[in-house]
Amino acid sequence: MMEIGFYPGCSLKGSSSEYAQSTLALAKVFDISLVEIEDWNCCGATAAHNINHEIAVALPARILALAEKQGLTEIVVPCAACYNRLTVTQHELNSDPDLKARVAKIVQMPLSGRIQIFNVMQFIEKYIADRLEEKIIKPFEWKVVCYYGCLLVRPHNILQFDRLEDPQSMDVLMRKIGAVPLDWGYKTECCGAGFSVSRTEVVAKLSGKIVKDAEERGAKAIIVACPMCQSNLDMRRSHIDHYLQQKTHIPVLFITQAIGLAVGLKREEVGLEKLFVAAEV
Amino acid sequence: MQTTHDKSGYLSEIRSATGVNVSRCYQCGKCSAGCAVADEMDYPPSLTMRMLQTNDVTHYHQLLESETIWLCVSCQNCLSRCPMEIDIPRLMDYLREKSIEEKQVNKKSKYILSFHRAFLDSIKYTGRLYEIGLIADYKMRTFKILQDMDIAPKMFAKGKLPIIPERVKNKKQLNTIFKESDKK
Repeated sequence: MMEIGFYPGCSLKGSSSEYAQSTLALAKVFDISLVEIEDWNCCGATAAHNINHEIAVALPARILALAEKQGLTEIVVPCAACYNRLTVTQHELNSDPDLKARVAKIVQMPLSGRIQIFNVMQFIEKYIADRLEEKIIKPFEWKVVCYYGCLLVRPHNILQFDRLEDPQSMDVLMRKIGAVPLDWGYKTECCGAGFSVSRTEVVAKLSGKIVKDAEERGAKAIIVACPMCQSNLDMRRSHIDHYLQQKTHIPVLFITQAIGLAVGLKREEVGLEKLFVAAEV
Repeated sequence: MQTTHDKSGYLSEIRSATGVNVSRCYQCGKCSAGCAVADEMDYPPSLTMRMLQTNDVTHYHQLLESETIWLCVSCQNCLSRCPMEIDIPRLMDYLREKSIEEKQVNKKSKYILSFHRAFLDSIKYTGRLYEIGLIADYKMRTFKILQDMDIAPKMFAKGKLPIIPERVKNKKQLNTIFKESDKK
């Protein structure tokens, strides 16, 4: 069984546990073992870079140093926000030797700055995609819209992932499992991100526009690869419906749940019952 | 270092801390057009840039006191679409830090800052985010005791709210990160 490093991040251990569950289950189907980075810490998320730049760099740096210490060269980071913070930090450290030396001292570990950091699509593309079609047991024949959000594609000059305004990687994977990805206008619009608690009305408005467009295009599911996007679009649905003044029904699935179902995993194996807005498969 | 064009000194400070040269902005307005929260802001991103360009310290302080800097959700759309590739999100991070340092945080934005602080404190104590602790801390800070009372039980029932916090074992390393970073 092949082993690759794994950074779950905090959401995947709590409010988005189904994302971890479905990612691990999917990897197992393809004989890949995702090995958790030992004693990992939070990446600092929005809070850290909003109020203390030094902590915002030091927290992800410790994670990268731990991965290195464990002998990992590649790590899979399903959470788009963690993926963004880790990748941006590694870039900052590599382009500023003084900062790198200072931070290595703070985290008390060497930092080579050479860890390959994969988001979930990059992981699937590299290790699963070419074996995917032969493993499909139950095609996921849904009309879907693929929602990428902000942090998978921006800032493009650092992340270098997919197309900036009209990304395709998720759409391509959806076609492979039998789904029909629709054209729509909100692929990379913001859901309101970290304002879920402190400015819920902003999330209701921004996420509301996304849900409304998805339903109007005739999609039966929104496919995502970010726990923050998923929780805003799913768990905040009562606020969204209140903003839209209508009841919406479209479920929000993690890409690993959709692919997992297609390769024969059961509902409970991908944590489908954990969604607030029910997905009837 | 102050230049003759930089009477108040804040422009060169911004430049050395963030790499942003505000004079590169030529006011095309694409940042404000694409900003997810521009209509909630007191000064949209392009106006923020213009205010900094004036090199007028009154404008600078208006920005430190603004809702704008706290409403910026760091979606990075402005940077992506800027023809001059000006890193406005990094500039917003900088202005937020300054706003806290100079105790000029906008009153209406205090809930946003309370959330960030509660979040960072949670990481400081356990190394990983403890969601129940975060919400409890946020409610203590803001007195929004009844908020989200409908969602929490449902999350709990679905196994999305673990009661026992995840902890980093190497607490010493974690303490050093917070101690050393706070010095800066």
